[in-house]
Amino acid sequence: MTALNHKAPVIKPHKVPLKRRLWDQRYLFLLMIPALVWVILICYAPMSGLYMAFTNYRPSRNGYFFDLLNAPFVGFQWFEYFFQNDFKMIMRNTMFTSLLTLLFSFPAPIMLAVFLNEVKNIKVKKFVQTASYLPYFISWVIASNIFMTFLAGNGVINDLLMGLGLIDQRILFFQNGNMFWWIIAIANTWKGIGYNAIIYLSTISGIEQQLYEAAEVDGANRVQQIFHITLPSILPTICVLLILAIGGLLNTGFEQHLLMGNNAILNYSDVLDTYSYRYGLQKGMYSYGTAVGLFKSVVSFILVMSANKITAKLNGSALF
Amino acid sequence: MSTVTVKPTVNNRIQRKRTASEWVLDIIKVLFLTLVTIVTIYPFWNIFIVSINDAQDAVKGGLYFWPRIFSLYSYQEILGRPTFQDSIIITVSRTLIGAPLAVFCTAMCAYSLSRKEMVGHKFWNLLFVFTMYFGGGQVPYYMVLKGLGLLDNFLVFIFPLIMSVYNMILIKSYINSMPESLFEAVKIDGGNDLVIFFKFVIPLSKPILMTVALFAAINQWNSWFDAYLYTSSQKLKPMQSILVEILNQYQTGSTTSQQMSNAKAGMTVTADSIRMAATMVATIPIIMVYPFIQKYFVKGIMLGAVKG
Repeated sequence: MTALNHKAPVIKPHKVPLKRRLWDQRYLFLLMIPALVWVILICYAPMSGLYMAFTNYRPSRNGYFFDLLNAPFVGFQWFEYFFQNDFKMIMRNTMFTSLLTLLFSFPAPIMLAVFLNEVKNIKVKKFVQTASYLPYFISWVIASNIFMTFLAGNGVINDLLMGLGLIDQRILFFQNGNMFWWIIAIANTWKGIGYNAIIYLSTISGIEQQLYEAAEVDGANRVQQIFHITLPSILPTICVLLILAIGGLLNTGFEQHLLMGNNAILNYSDVLDTYSYRYGLQKGMYSYGTAVGLFKSVVSFILVMSANKITAKLNGSALF
Repeated sequence: MSTVTVKPTVNNRIQRKRTASEWVLDIIKVLFLTLVTIVTIYPFWNIFIVSINDAQDAVKGGLYFWPRIFSLYSYQEILGRPTFQDSIIITVSRTLIGAPLAVFCTAMCAYSLSRKEMVGHKFWNLLFVFTMYFGGGQVPYYMVLKGLGLLDNFLVFIFPLIMSVYNMILIKSYINSMPESLFEAVKIDGGNDLVIFFKFVIPLSKPILMTVALFAAINQWNSWFDAYLYTSSQKLKPMQSILVEILNQYQTGSTTSQQMSNAKAGMTVTADSIRMAATMVATIPIIMVYPFIQKYFVKGIMLGAVKG
């Protein structure tokens, strides 16, 4: 505290009365007003609706809050209904999609970053990097459009496979449920590879160049340098991102499923998010949709919090 | 920024002969990077050439690298449709109104939350950060929007997006990195928090504000799901929604190369050619601002990564 006294006008906050402090900070609160209105209306007001999951909610003309308070309480009935019926199928689809996505989209950016670091020509490097995150900026509508066009019966991929003689009958990719998970996983990877590589690239650019020079002197070739310098250096980043990815396992993505899925393969394309949406908003089973959504939120929250605990243990500091 | 440090080692490396394992590495590297580049660029190119090819000719297939018969009629057709023109106006206005407003509100909140002397500093921060990890879900959210009278209202594209907690944290950590003495000096000269925010914080945090603005603009440009759920009138549909409609028609297979008008040669459109042209109209602006975006984009991710 004595050190601070050199700078004269430091106000010790606890000595000023609260009213005075609030008045002094009136402009800080003023600046926060739009955000506060937003967070209350957009984030917290909908949380009240989670109660819907335990009731038999039916909208009427009396308004949302009136309906909510007057809806008959049914306890965990909707959850039981979910677990007894579609739970197995929906969880299978959700887990397969996200695990397959993880399988592709996790190592791909690491490979991209490590290989880009090995490119000698700066222009080539910049070009490949810039190209790689172009898909990140386009909407899922356009991305789905691209995938559906390329994977169509008369699409480029079928043309290519036919031309190479790998298949003798055109594959109808979107009519085959098992293929859908792979398509989503590849689409997710395609869209995110460049974006995710940036974090690894920035970690790699922070590696001391002397390490490589010393390795060079010791006669280590470039392959050995990758395995003994580059990869160990980005290992902490890899761990953190892997744990975070596991924390987000239930977030399979929503738009891509909705856009690329179709009724013929609904038993494969339906994940927690789309299922909750379909029952909650399209079929008008508000309480049921909310219950499924709440189930997902709670499990996700636990996963993310555990992931954060683990990273905190590994890194010595929490992510948030 | 990530490219700068690589050069010196590379120069050293060239002088030695490649070992067998280095040959393997180089082959895998070249194959992988070529594959990534082709896979990310070629789809856009392919859609582009099909969109500028004569529609009837395109039905024959086999268009891979270059258009056979050049025609811009599909563009003329799609851009001439009143529904599509309306959708362009909606998309452009939600981007131009929504993105600056989002940056402004997010930055104001970020500044307040960055002041540690603020009464309830920890509480306010938690209030916002908690929403990143837990939400009410789609159904209650829909009901709330309905209660607020935002359904089928242009404001539903603006108000829910005036803030983003993630972007707020980005800006906040940027403000936190500014010297505390700056703020104290302004206070001594009698400036209040509004003066600090408008005269100092905004100009000084321009790089991060640009990043957030670009993210917000791209987000607005690409959004369709809010329009799908919360609006019903055709007048409010953004461009991406029109694309979704076109895509759904394609998916149900009801439109395999049905011709829509054919006066002279080169004046035909097919469902496919319209789909390609509409896709390009939505994509070309993104590709055009891409050079600007990517400069700020990389910076933004780095800043985000610093947090982790």
